[in-house]
Amino acid sequence: MPEIPQSESKGTIRVVHLYPREMSIYGDLGNTRCLEKRIQRHGYTAEVVGHNPGEPFPEDGHLFVGGGGQDSGQVRVEDDLERNADIIRSLASDGTPMLMICGMYQLFGNAFITVEGNRLPGLGILDVTTQGNAKRMIGPVVLETVVGKVVGYENHSGSTTLGHGQEPFGTVLHGFGNNGTDRTEGARTGNVFGSYLHGPILPANPGLADLLIGLAATRATGRPFEPEPLTDGVADEARGRQVRRLLGIAS
Amino acid sequence: MLRTTAAVIAGKAARAASRVRGGGGSAFPGLVAERVDPRFLEHALADVREGVVVVTGTNGKTTTTRMLVALLRAHGKRVLTNPTGSNFTRGVISSMLKDLPLSGRARADIAVLELDEAHALKFAEVVAPSHALLLNVARDQLDRFAEIDHTARLLERLAGQATEGVVLNIDDPYVARSREVIPEGVTVRYFGLDASIAHRLPEILETDVRFAEEYAPPESGDGAGFLRPRDEREFDIVVPGGEDIGPVALQQRGLAAMINATAATTTARMVLGDAFSPGTAARALAQVRPPFGRGEVVDVDGQPLELVLVKNPAGFTVALSTYGSEPVATMIAINDDYADGRDVSWLYDVSFESLRGRGVAMTSGIRAYDMALRLQYDDVPVDAIEPALVPALDRFISAHRDEPKRLFCTYTAMMSLRRTLAARYDLPEFGEEAADA
Repeated sequence: MPEIPQSESKGTIRVVHLYPREMSIYGDLGNTRCLEKRIQRHGYTAEVVGHNPGEPFPEDGHLFVGGGGQDSGQVRVEDDLERNADIIRSLASDGTPMLMICGMYQLFGNAFITVEGNRLPGLGILDVTTQGNAKRMIGPVVLETVVGKVVGYENHSGSTTLGHGQEPFGTVLHGFGNNGTDRTEGARTGNVFGSYLHGPILPANPGLADLLIGLAATRATGRPFEPEPLTDGVADEARGRQVRRLLGIAS
Repeated sequence: MLRTTAAVIAGKAARAASRVRGGGGSAFPGLVAERVDPRFLEHALADVREGVVVVTGTNGKTTTTRMLVALLRAHGKRVLTNPTGSNFTRGVISSMLKDLPLSGRARADIAVLELDEAHALKFAEVVAPSHALLLNVARDQLDRFAEIDHTARLLERLAGQATEGVVLNIDDPYVARSREVIPEGVTVRYFGLDASIAHRLPEILETDVRFAEEYAPPESGDGAGFLRPRDEREFDIVVPGGEDIGPVALQQRGLAAMINATAATTTARMVLGDAFSPGTAARALAQVRPPFGRGEVVDVDGQPLELVLVKNPAGFTVALSTYGSEPVATMIAINDDYADGRDVSWLYDVSFESLRGRGVAMTSGIRAYDMALRLQYDDVPVDAIEPALVPALDRFISAHRDEPKRLFCTYTAMMSLRRTLAARYDLPEFGEEAADA
């Protein structure tokens, strides 16, 4: 277990968890816990802020995370997202790192089309469109991504299609991904990442956590990321075992 | 009726065969009986005149069912139940087969059945329950039910099916809000926490975000029961406008068990009416042994080993707060098979800080490394990680031979570890507990 360095803080990184009450049903709170701990272990000070509907939007955040929710939770946050849409879009285009999981990933897309055919507009930060389905896509997932193999668990009824030229977050090696047909999973535009993966995604995939923290550290301090060498043996073993098990590789 | 008799014979034969193979508590005999006679359950319950009570909700079904059965039996009722924890309709049939006469009609006054949320509804399509006890709605096996809201809708539909009475958890908005669908003429009663311990509600309740306005509990009305603990095991049930029950001392520790006792007692009072006696109730509850894996204690070479089943954030959180005050050598075994819930994300909705001081001796199960990783993020030291369950148990026991031990595990890990312990330490076979109830 790496100790939290006792030396002077390298700077304060402000993490904003969007709608922790409504949009973190599947353990996505774990992403926030993970970021907080790793920021500290890298020698920075972590400040975690929850943003709730109706509150002033924390524009000074360095890293934004959002999770999955139930349909009822999603309805509760839509107005707040619309009210703050311009701020969030400009933060995104300015390079602010963001990780949006499941329901929040869908809301960062162009639109969600319900089973009944109603079109609910999203923020349009990611060029993706989600079609509501009767069938749910549920199960463990393995992806190939820019940070290597990523494992997680998906549980969504929406079927998401990438717009022309939209980069996915990863390629599906096991599981359904965005829609169960084109082997894409999630989406990435600049430093904004969208994905269906719970698990939660960050603890077992520390490479992704550190990518986000590095981007946030640069924004927070104006200096390049100065990471500490962390021991991730347990996370690597947890991930490696899932990869081998799901891809049928003998261990 | 011949068809039912054939089904009883086939079911009993299947039961005998599966017992020879060593598979106690399986749903297989029930499946056989149901194949032979699809209306088996309906026939079996035809002579049960005083009520068919369905107990459902996410947490506490098994313990509450056991307590309710004990309460009714203490009041002289012949009670049919499914105490094996196999709470699907086939499991219900399987557990009935042993005592069922060839007519296929159970000789009992009342049936008390523990049913999983989805199966409770399927059951109600076959046999209308007279009473329903709705315990709580928590996130559990979301890969099966998809959403808490969905689970709440299942329970709400069940509440609407009961023909005589419904008992609801007044503190749980998902449960209490279902009063709106209960038809006129059906009695509604509530159980909950007394104001003196209302501060512990957040650790056991989900937040219901379906509505913009805050949840406001309804008037509790007649026949309600409120839990007022004296310590971790002893409590009173406060009955507004009636005679309080207690003190009651349970064999099982903790807030969860006491809430279950309050729910069971409120239901027994409703079912029994004037025949209910507070003194008889308190004595009956004191005799209830913890069910399989719910705080069951195994004597391992002169030292207690406590088995604690964990399956969702609310359950694990309550278990940790119940046992956290007495830290002992701890092993945690997490599997991710269907019966465990395949998504282990929920471990991140539990706080493990109470284990930080003493640490965790061993993590095991298919997701042993994920559990160890989770503990790392709460700065809980982990001595060893061994995914294979039995070798992990052996190492755990030999490293902590001369001290009390505690084992938290998910369902299939529990089944497997308990089988090993039963073979070594002479425990009642899983599924055979009905005999002593």
